[in-house]
Amino acid sequence: MRRDPMLSAYKVLDLSGRLGWLAGRIMVDLGADVIKVEPFGTDLDGTEWRALNLGKRLLRLDPSSPAGRRIIEKAIPGIDVLLESTDPTDEWLRPDRTAALNPDLIHVSITPYGRVGPRAAWRGTDLEMMAASGAMSLAGEPGGTPLRISAPQAHAWAGAHAASGAMIALIHRSQGGGGQHVDVSAQASIIAALAHAPTFVDMMGTVPSRAGSNMTGRSIHGAEYKAFWPCADGFINFVIYGGPAGRRTNKALIAWMREKNADLGVLADIDWNTFDPKLADQDEVDRLEAPIARFFQDITKAEFLEGACAREMLGYPVSTVADISADPQLEARGFWCDVPTPDGGKERHCGAFYITDGERPETLSTGMDPAAEGRRILKDFGYSETEIDGFVDERVVGAA
Amino acid sequence: MNDTPQALANINIVEFGGYAAGPHIGKVLGNYGATVVHVESQGRPDGFRMEYPPYKDGKAGVNRGGCFAFFNDSKYGVTLDLKNPAGLDLARRLMGWADIVIENMRPGVMARLGLGYEDVRDGNPGLVMLSTCNMGQTGPRAHTPGFGSQLSSLAGFCGLIGETEGSPMLLYGPYIDFIASAMATSAVLAALDQRLRSGKGALIDISQYETGLHFMAGPLHAYHRDGAVAERRENRDDVAAPHGAYACDGGEWLALSCWSDKEFATLTAYLDNPALADDRRFTTAEARLENLDALDAAIGACCRDRNAIETAAVLQAAGIAAYPVNTVADLFDDPQLKTQSTWRYREHGEIGDQAYWFPGLALSATPGDVSRAAPLLGGDNDRVFKEFVGLSEEEFDTYAAREAFGEAPGEAPSRG
Repeated sequence: MRRDPMLSAYKVLDLSGRLGWLAGRIMVDLGADVIKVEPFGTDLDGTEWRALNLGKRLLRLDPSSPAGRRIIEKAIPGIDVLLESTDPTDEWLRPDRTAALNPDLIHVSITPYGRVGPRAAWRGTDLEMMAASGAMSLAGEPGGTPLRISAPQAHAWAGAHAASGAMIALIHRSQGGGGQHVDVSAQASIIAALAHAPTFVDMMGTVPSRAGSNMTGRSIHGAEYKAFWPCADGFINFVIYGGPAGRRTNKALIAWMREKNADLGVLADIDWNTFDPKLADQDEVDRLEAPIARFFQDITKAEFLEGACAREMLGYPVSTVADISADPQLEARGFWCDVPTPDGGKERHCGAFYITDGERPETLSTGMDPAAEGRRILKDFGYSETEIDGFVDERVVGAA
Repeated sequence: MNDTPQALANINIVEFGGYAAGPHIGKVLGNYGATVVHVESQGRPDGFRMEYPPYKDGKAGVNRGGCFAFFNDSKYGVTLDLKNPAGLDLARRLMGWADIVIENMRPGVMARLGLGYEDVRDGNPGLVMLSTCNMGQTGPRAHTPGFGSQLSSLAGFCGLIGETEGSPMLLYGPYIDFIASAMATSAVLAALDQRLRSGKGALIDISQYETGLHFMAGPLHAYHRDGAVAERRENRDDVAAPHGAYACDGGEWLALSCWSDKEFATLTAYLDNPALADDRRFTTAEARLENLDALDAAIGACCRDRNAIETAAVLQAAGIAAYPVNTVADLFDDPQLKTQSTWRYREHGEIGDQAYWFPGLALSATPGDVSRAAPLLGGDNDRVFKEFVGLSEEEFDTYAAREAFGEAPGEAPSRG
């Protein structure tokens, strides 16, 4: 394995909070030198922090102190991309000020709702950002409480889009353009996750809403199809679909049930070539689903995954993080990376998010020796050893 | 848009495939100025054209599908018959014109057609080619077909929605496809940047599953480090209490969260029930986290008769994180999204005026735009092959006579 050279020419200064962490991590994976600035108090052992700041070089420094700000301002002329998620009302990192320090700078601001507009200064955590984007209105029981995904997502949506914004601006610069400001709104970014739901409002005047755990809207009689089925050790996501892939899946499932001598019930008499899920009423759907439910009850998630894959069936188990960790597909593709920790151990993370020319780029550790790393970064910024000693003595930067 | 410089103005992109994960990348790149050509087959158009509503006036038709249009604005549309040598020849010429090729066929399909990276890079050594599919190009399940909506279960998302003891729940549409699209956008642009500086091309393999796991990176690391298995738990949080969505007047909902005792005291004061802050069950975060059902009931009672938008504004002014739970319809009236012109209307050849989503990235020097409505099936054959690829009238007519643009079905793209 090797570091990817694609962005190796670039220096990224990452002052962001959680909204920007994934943006920096994406740029690390793509080969950039990303310097993560963290104030002294920040807990670097949190699992989110570790996962999303992997491979960044670490500088402990308080960016709200005057001395810390002077160091950052001195660094800005030498960097290509600045990632920050400061409050839009904070004047210090105003885009015109950073542009004056470095006209070629790509300054990426990542905030819950964007830097302009009547609610720009509103606070938002994952919950409020997911609410503002419409995503919560589409998850949960019909008519019940709108839900978020229990593993926070808003920051990741903002961060992934922020990386795209930084890259679009870099391409402009690489073709002779200058620097610019990229204003990223988490709220607007998350809307990508709603698929084409907005077109129903726009074209039909109907408002898509949450569907719970059943598929609705697929039968002219209003029948609901089951999407989640209890199995031996959890749940399986499977739907009786129509269309070519659905027909193939349904036939393969029946063959699988026959192999296992499962009771087929009414399934034995269905001609899957002509079966159309649009025409079934709820009674018929219930009768079709009963033998499938019994069959799934006795198989495990891993058995379903392997069996469905071998039969080219649609459907997947509902995985937990433990299931994902044991998935042979990820192992075969070298997805996980085991990086050294300061105490001499190793820790496992998601590796680079892509493979290029047949190889997954290497991911490095982070925060192995913060004191030495901080000194190296300050040298890169142009400070002498004596000046760095002064910063350490005055506790402007972290010594340990 | 013509007078404003665009970041990707000199970049040519060709897409093979369909549905969401491939085309959504081209849409975003098109929004920032790239010239994007979406390749389909007359016999087997992009599945989003016909398989998914809504349709213009509720009537399906290849050029009436809102779903296809929504993911394909700012592009040109061509048809090629990839089972026909003349069609394949034109596909190669189109790939020779491209800086970036995006494909989301099943693994191996492009190579079998003679359109794989190895086949075309001799003629276009700087080409950046992106292959994106469910599982990636390699591994024991590389060839598994799948819907992004179900892949969201395999990647752990659906299992984390709902009550701990209840069933997992659905996400709307192929959630994970749009994660893959967002991350792949950075990868192809990084490869393009390298090519601008060194002339070197690249082949990029994106597994939609793996990109989705980056949105679960924290819980996955927690499992690997501590053995902790994340569970679904409605809207609850480890630290904040309350942390949820509460029904308000008129069927609206309000999302709000309190991250300290001080914030909770402020919340109860602004909800006209300061006594709650003195209730022993709620005085500290620890106590509130132990009495979540009672806490949610108490906050719910305070919200029931309130207006969600007004209450959010009052709470935000007091420093409390709160936002009305926008329905999809509310997104068209949200003041932030209006400020950013998130919805941009363009006149589509058959659908008429349609709202397109513009990404949440405001670039100061190269702002981008929705440059045109989605293309009709094969609607730009003439322009793309004559103006972009450089065919003479005569050549174009010869290809047409050989049915290069014509009727036979192409390979189906992998889903997602």
